[in-house]
Amino acid sequence: MENMLNIKINGIPCSVPYGTKIIEAARMVGIEIPTLCYLKEMNEIGACRFCVVEVKGARSLVAACVFPIERDGTEIFTNSEKVRKARKTTLELILSTHERKCLSCIRSGNCELQKLCKEYGVSEEDKFDGAKPVYELDYSAAHMVRDNNKCILCRRCVAACNEQGIGVIGANARGIDTHIGSAFELPLNTTSCISCGQCIVNCPVGAIYEKDDTEKVFDAINDESKYVVVQAAPAVRATLGEHFGLPVGTDVTGKMFAALRRLGFDKVFDTNFGADLTIMEEATELLGRIKNGGVLPMITSCSPGWIKYCEHYYPTELDHLSSCKSPMQMQGAITKSYFAEKNGIDPANIVSVAIMPCTAKKFECGRDDENGAGYPDVDYVLTTRELGRMIESAGINFHLLPEEECDAPLGQGTGAAVIFGATGGVMEAALRTAAEVITGEELASPEFTAVRGMDGVKEATYNLGGMDVKVAIASGTKNAKILMDKVKDGTADYTFIEIMGCPGGCINGGGQPVQPASVRNFTDLKGLRAAALYKNDESRPLRKSHLNEDVKAVYADFLGEPNSHKAHELLHTSYVARPMYSK
Amino acid sequence: MLKKISTIPFTDTAEQAAKLDAVIAECTGDVSQLMHVMQEAQNIYGYLPFEVQQKIADGMNVPMEKVYGVATFYAQFALSPKGKYSISVCLGTACYVKGAQEILDELSAQLGIEAEECTEDGKFSLTACRCIGACGLAPVITVNEDVYGKITAADVAGILAKYQD
Repeated sequence: MENMLNIKINGIPCSVPYGTKIIEAARMVGIEIPTLCYLKEMNEIGACRFCVVEVKGARSLVAACVFPIERDGTEIFTNSEKVRKARKTTLELILSTHERKCLSCIRSGNCELQKLCKEYGVSEEDKFDGAKPVYELDYSAAHMVRDNNKCILCRRCVAACNEQGIGVIGANARGIDTHIGSAFELPLNTTSCISCGQCIVNCPVGAIYEKDDTEKVFDAINDESKYVVVQAAPAVRATLGEHFGLPVGTDVTGKMFAALRRLGFDKVFDTNFGADLTIMEEATELLGRIKNGGVLPMITSCSPGWIKYCEHYYPTELDHLSSCKSPMQMQGAITKSYFAEKNGIDPANIVSVAIMPCTAKKFECGRDDENGAGYPDVDYVLTTRELGRMIESAGINFHLLPEEECDAPLGQGTGAAVIFGATGGVMEAALRTAAEVITGEELASPEFTAVRGMDGVKEATYNLGGMDVKVAIASGTKNAKILMDKVKDGTADYTFIEIMGCPGGCINGGGQPVQPASVRNFTDLKGLRAAALYKNDESRPLRKSHLNEDVKAVYADFLGEPNSHKAHELLHTSYVARPMYSK
Repeated sequence: MLKKISTIPFTDTAEQAAKLDAVIAECTGDVSQLMHVMQEAQNIYGYLPFEVQQKIADGMNVPMEKVYGVATFYAQFALSPKGKYSISVCLGTACYVKGAQEILDELSAQLGIEAEECTEDGKFSLTACRCIGACGLAPVITVNEDVYGKITAADVAGILAKYQD
């Protein structure tokens, strides 16, 4: 081929397309070049200098992540003495300003800096021991902590925040004073941060992490006077295995329930129930809006990162949001009302815990109007990572666990609920129910494949009982902006829009296990995790929310009809316009 | 050096606001003009307070953090207003070896502000500047357009006394 170049990497001949970056070319011959700042297509800035390699004839070492191969006959050396020395020195220099409290660090064991120090044989942590700026930790946000003393200034968090179209963090000042922060050094909770946590899952070290609530949950479990109920979100079962070294995309539903039971929760429920309940409420709300000339397009409200985004960035469009609480909050509200009543438990003594793939859920559970039964619907939200740590610290061998089911009566979930965890899943679940409600006929196939996949924005039109319903889906708030600008200027001719705050949906949420850049860059994390959910959906006998027996029972015994007065009190919420900065 | 963020309340005139609006309007949608807009804004206000950076961010359609990041990276941008009397202490090589640091420290002590800050009453601001080309008079300070050369820390009180109106 004309634009192919013949090159040599460590003496191994290969041919690559013109302009290929050295890091990509090296992978083709089985060489993994180590990186710290590089995130493919997100943060290609050549800043950390850790990926340097020797190019024959070049004046100095070049950064493999950004150096394009443009000459035939280029000879590259990725592991020469010069390269190894340079990388080791880079690590020693990074360590000179890094707070080296590794034993107590939340990322000990999966820190990318720690791993590289080991691989490169760094033997002196304080070889260069010069000026060391000291930063106060920012605990202001509901969901996370920023510790700039651990920050290595790779700017991956900044790239992740910009990728979301948020950009509330960036590099401030210069030289030794350079640090990641917000405008005017404002605490994060006074900015338009949406709590998505994409900065956390992209951080290579322990500079950003979720607020850890595991001790509070252990305390509740150990408190005899408390009745501790747990629910686990659909997307958690597709990723929890990664925490224990299982391949990306392993569905660990059964082991997850077994682990929760062994941790000592009094009841182990499944947020799938809440998801099916959400579909009943949301589909009814949508059909009502269509019938009664309500505000359209209606937009889903399951993702608290997306909700917070809408409140900050599109405060005039809040009436498009479904008033439905998220599945997590619905599940919590039903636990403290229906379940409490049925079992004669005082809701004041129930501690409602939710395992979520999400950091924004930590913010959501503390919102106003999220206490349907007079008590907070959810008391503690733990991320997938926190659950992983709880399992480890309780001495539970995850790999030896049997497969178990969750408990009744808030445990049954259909396939429609499981796919809530991936972009397009809520839409598909809603369509499965709406189609059958409108037509009164059973669908030939429950699958609406046009709304699936990892594209940032998707559109489809379905004919439901003679009515054309145009739908749109966006994941990641940068993509949400594309749809919301249309909604705002009145050109969005959709009936129903699904938006999830994180790119790809909850499977790629900010509360999910942290995968190092070496995996993130070259593995289809989102696709593999989503595939686990779709496979789970296929395997279920029931795949439509309105067929969920537990949900039917709640309506028959307790709520009456979807969108009934009681359902509104317990399962619906309200939104507030939020400023971009509250100085 | 980390820049000090002023706590002095921002004041704006209709004329200043109109000028900044015009500068932004010319450059809206062209992020490459961000520094130019910031420079113009600083010419108008003397510094870049929160309200001005927010206006620039909204007008240029960039997050405010981006504006702030640039403002804190370049020495030319100030986050504190200039006082009625702007005092610059030359810290160029000649002035420095002649004891300019002591003069700066004395000014700082008497005014109760650090370099790059402004007194609460808006009267004095203090800057440590690069060589102003008057090395023969080292150490040199300037108060607005007035130049004081070959001074010592002991002269500081007398100089400040001249600006009490």
